[in-house]
Amino acid sequence: MTTSTERARVPAVEGFFTMGDEPQLIGGRLETGGYCFPLHLGGSDPRCPAGSVEEVLLSRRGRIWSFTNSAYPPPPPFIITEPYVPIVVAAVELEVERMVILGQVTPGWTVDDLEVGMEVELELGVLYADEDTDHLTWQWRPLLGADIVGEMVGAVGGGAAGEED
Amino acid sequence: MSEGTMEEIAVLGVGMHPWGKWGRNFTEYGVHAAREALADADVDWNDVGFVSGAITVRCGYPGYVAGSTFARALGFNGAQVASSYAACASGVTALSVARGQILSGACDVAVVVGADTTPKGFLAPTGGDRPDDTDWLRFHMVGATNPVYFAMHARRRMALYGATPDDFAMVKAKNSRHGVHNPNARYPKEYDVDDVANSPVVSDPLRLLEICATSDGGAALVVCSMDYARSKGITDPVRVAGLSTVTPTYPDTVIDLPYLATDSAAAVEPPALGFKDSIGAQVYAEAGMGPSDVDVAEVYDLSSALELDWYEQLGLCAEGEAESLLRAGETSIGGRIPVNPSGGLGAFGEAVPAQAIAQVCELTWQLRGQAGGRQVEGARVGVSANQGLFGHGSSVLVRR
Repeated sequence: MTTSTERARVPAVEGFFTMGDEPQLIGGRLETGGYCFPLHLGGSDPRCPAGSVEEVLLSRRGRIWSFTNSAYPPPPPFIITEPYVPIVVAAVELEVERMVILGQVTPGWTVDDLEVGMEVELELGVLYADEDTDHLTWQWRPLLGADIVGEMVGAVGGGAAGEED
Repeated sequence: MSEGTMEEIAVLGVGMHPWGKWGRNFTEYGVHAAREALADADVDWNDVGFVSGAITVRCGYPGYVAGSTFARALGFNGAQVASSYAACASGVTALSVARGQILSGACDVAVVVGADTTPKGFLAPTGGDRPDDTDWLRFHMVGATNPVYFAMHARRRMALYGATPDDFAMVKAKNSRHGVHNPNARYPKEYDVDDVANSPVVSDPLRLLEICATSDGGAALVVCSMDYARSKGITDPVRVAGLSTVTPTYPDTVIDLPYLATDSAAAVEPPALGFKDSIGAQVYAEAGMGPSDVDVAEVYDLSSALELDWYEQLGLCAEGEAESLLRAGETSIGGRIPVNPSGGLGAFGEAVPAQAIAQVCELTWQLRGQAGGRQVEGARVGVSANQGLFGHGSSVLVRR
């Protein structure tokens, strides 16, 4: 028997993302070089005759292409947690993959906090919970200025952050 | 105007059952519309050689075999039959099948018909766990309803082109002014920008009055070869000069329902024309015409903001100029290029398999000068545009 401190964390659907502190979406790479998501449900390049797709992990960071919310609870198969708090959804552009991926925004943010072009990072969040298990989905967490500058300084060994204005 | 790439067919008759939330069997609406179209065409049902039904997936087995269901209800007459499903583009897919039958010589005259009976609320996937179905996944893993996609496109216009919520509300207000003159509209009521602003937000920035409802309704066409039209003494019928049901060209880099992601442009640059632009481009190419030839348009305002996208995708204005066109009144009746004189989805709500057919009905009335209080004076060329899902979309160009 598990206690509340030992709640299991499982993907709501298997095969969409890796678990752990730095989760990544599991996508595909076509033999012609393009990417797809989800791995087995993405669009294919017609020049890719064999249709072979290699599993790859996608970038954790991207920029908001657009965003909105759902003021009313979505219908099934969405599972509503009462009381319903409007979910916020963002379409996020990944630079390397040159594609846009949809996802919820992490809880606590509203549309008033977001802007097109804002940088976000992938996290896992609770889609719905039952007695002893949290069922997880991928979510985009907006990065505040401090996160971005801190990362930049770390990445280049300091000093170059001033270029990013 | 240049030579088109396709032979034309004639639209001899059109008919509709009024849109509403009637709650009756969809067959009744389809039969009503078909009988009206046959009477309008002055064609005997027994002369019809082909029945092309647009499928509804919400009305059980009779909906899946819509062509046969309507044919039986009209009285089986030995005609050939087909049923087509292409989400919101189903009606034009059914028209394209009928055109193929006519142009191949398989029949002279065909009836195209679609009708629906709809439940309340959001359209949602059918039941059961289907984690290999992108339509199921977008609801389950994200909660991405149709309005979520519509709203992301609206927000994108705000970010790129400086659109405002007032612009979106103006689209609704314009279409409602047109729709009050349409006896087939479900909401023949005039709304202004304040009415829209006072309705609740569904998906920011879109409000309830800007999101297409689901409706019951039915629409039908009687189409035939040009020779058949001449044999009936009709020398100047409304004719289908172009019809487009193109799929996207890889990579499609604009997120749209029901997908979780776009294609990737990492290996191949996006095509010069995006998916929705390519729908219009194909119809113009078939007809040998261009946007400057068009007098009137019926476009799919699933949301108020999506109508603005269509202005640009059909080439009625340059990219980023839709708001200026709207604000100048050019897309209102009396303007340079009236859009949705029928009232559009804003005045109708969507009866999925009937809607793309209803657009052709409206354009036909417009080109015949029979549109009453919503008539676009002197209209000779009309174009429709429609968005389905899963890479379906459609456009029809009709002319006198």
